[in-house]
Amino acid sequence: MAGTWVYAETVEGTPKPIALELLTKARSLGEPTAIALGPGALKAAEALGRYGAKKVYVHEDPAFVEVLASPAVDLLARLIEQEHPDLVLFGMTYEGRDVAARLSARLGTALIANATDITRKDGGLAVVTPVFGGSMLVTTAPRAKAPTLVLLRPKAVTAEPAGSSGAPSLETLSDPVDTGKPGARVLRREKEKASGPRLEDAAVIVSGGRGLGAPENFKMLDELAAELGAAVGASRAVVDAGWKPYAFQIGQTGKTVKPTVYIALGISGAMQHTVGMKGAKTIIAINKDPEAPIFKMADLGVVGDVHKIVPQLIQEVRARKGK
Amino acid sequence: MNVLVCVKQIPDPNTPGKLDPRTKRLVREGDLVLDPGDEHAVEAGLQLVEKDAGEVTLVSMGPPRALEAIRRGLAMGAHRGILVTDPELENSDALSTARAIAGAIKGQQFDLIICGTESTDGSSGAVPAQLAELLGWPLLSFAKKLEVANGKATIDRQTDEGYDVVEAPLPAVVTVTGGINEARYPALRGIMQAKNKEVKQLALAEIKLDGQVGKAALTQEVVEVAPAEARKAGEVIEDKGDGAKRVADFLKDLKVI
Ligand SMILES: Cc1cc2nc3c(=O)[nH]c(=O)nc-3n(C[C@H](O)[C@H](O)[C@H](O)COP(=O)(O)OP(=O)(O)OC[C@H]3O[C@@H](n4cnc5c(N)ncnc54)[C@H](O)[C@@H]3O)c2cc1C
Ligand SMILES: Nc1ncnc2c1ncn2[C@@H]1O[C@H](COP(=O)(O)O)[C@@H](O)[C@H]1O
Repeated sequence: MAGTWVYAETVEGTPKPIALELLTKARSLGEPTAIALGPGALKAAEALGRYGAKKVYVHEDPAFVEVLASPAVDLLARLIEQEHPDLVLFGMTYEGRDVAARLSARLGTALIANATDITRKDGGLAVVTPVFGGSMLVTTAPRAKAPTLVLLRPKAVTAEPAGSSGAPSLETLSDPVDTGKPGARVLRREKEKASGPRLEDAAVIVSGGRGLGAPENFKMLDELAAELGAAVGASRAVVDAGWKPYAFQIGQTGKTVKPTVYIALGISGAMQHTVGMKGAKTIIAINKDPEAPIFKMADLGVVGDVHKIVPQLIQEVRARKGK
Repeated sequence: MNVLVCVKQIPDPNTPGKLDPRTKRLVREGDLVLDPGDEHAVEAGLQLVEKDAGEVTLVSMGPPRALEAIRRGLAMGAHRGILVTDPELENSDALSTARAIAGAIKGQQFDLIICGTESTDGSSGAVPAQLAELLGWPLLSFAKKLEVANGKATIDRQTDEGYDVVEAPLPAVVTVTGGINEARYPALRGIMQAKNKEVKQLALAEIKLDGQVGKAALTQEVVEVAPAEARKAGEVIEDKGDGAKRVADFLKDLKVI
């Protein structure tokens, strides 16, 4: 039986944005079934239904959040053997990657990572992944037995609720989770404090690159971001230099963002960076080098010095807000 | 403590390879290097055995010239290497790679296997988790800090909000992020010593495999390669003192202000 499954990550009863993105994509490929694991999974089922899940498997055992990957792999392997889906979608996230990769080894099936699109074509699957910093797109077809496991990049798809759909049919599982075998156990979770919107959710992003010259110059970005209700992002050059933590990094090996407005300050616009932000509706770039590649994709580019322009911009914004 | 570090040879990321649109294969021009991500894995292994006792073994699956990547790791201080190389393994996918590595170390005792979180060229991040699954070991992924004591490995695992402290009994597989350490640069003495260190070359016939590898086990095939759609440039102006004003006006038009 063909079927499209979604490994739906949830936090405390709410689906993560990636789960809704996956369901939106899954709807175009078949009638999605979602698998939600861990405490709160049941509560999340309704929202999963709104985004198109026809059926939701839930299992609320805390082991699914306390032990990395293995309990989820055990359960998925068992369900897959029973139901034979031909496609299982995961988010290219910390959790999705570990679960999907282990599962592919368990089942001996195809794992296609980093996908940005999936279609059914001539009875088979076609999975698109960007390579070389997103400058080329490769289409891959699975050649192994079902199911094909695909890791979809966050923000590759815009989550949209399904038009009309009743509540999903629920299957609540309660079979014991094997926690006897050696596993990776989470002892505690540390949240690093952040102010303002999250990068992934922000409508406006103010992002800084090596052109800022020094870590302390990010202060003016914080100020500008505060005025605009924006989140602050960074290039990898800045993260590698230790000016900003990894959580700020946008690009191939960092986050993918799709804000309404992306303001790139002192960022050259290397492919590996732009692959993470070229989905922005509008791009504004300030760079002192008129040849900087970022200008090839900016809706408004200003050739100039960030140290001069950014402080002025903060004043201009304040003036327009009537401050 | 015996540590195995998985190292991959990749085209120099500063002069990246190209995909041949006809054969749909990676064209490897220019230099090949030890994946910079794996240098952090080697460094992490060296720090562990320097603190306690033990040795670091490197394993790589690749063409014969991948020996150079192993030599680089040996020059950093690793003790010996294993190169799994066989024409049948050409163009292997991640699962074949994991199976070949698992086969190559069968019968040897390792307390810990350290990998990069993802290779710089392939960036699927699949091999370490697959290896862990094949061995039946726990996987501690995305480590930005690693400590080993009392038969356990503990990591700070990077998350979207910060990090999780995660612990697993040995033996375990760990993947390390670039932030975990500053990889050492091989000293001249290390480079000289590396030449005399043992690197065992293994062909498929010499490995006991669970499952198929190589061409026979390909799980996927590239069917098309096309350039991505590029964004179009808009207006580029030079700042003559009014740059900030223009940006602010634009933001106002966009209703951001
Ligand atoms: C496998 C791989 C993965 C990668 N992943 C990522 C990723 O996820 N994210 C990422 O960002 N990068 C990534 N990179 C790195 C990427 O290739 C670039 O090196 C990086 O994006 C450059 O950062 P930058 O633009 O801040 O620095 P630079 O390229 O050094 O650019 C600095 C820019 O600032 C400008 N400038 C300097 N001074 C001023 C001034 N006073 N006023 C205005 N402008 C000024 C300069 O003209 C220049 O254009 C990756 C690379 C590889 C090989
Ligand atoms: N051919 C290989 N030989 C040895 N180790 C590898 C190989 N491919 C991947 N690895 C290891 O697995 C990690 C993740 O690679 P990947 O799964 O290709 O993204 C790398 O950082 C290496 O530590």
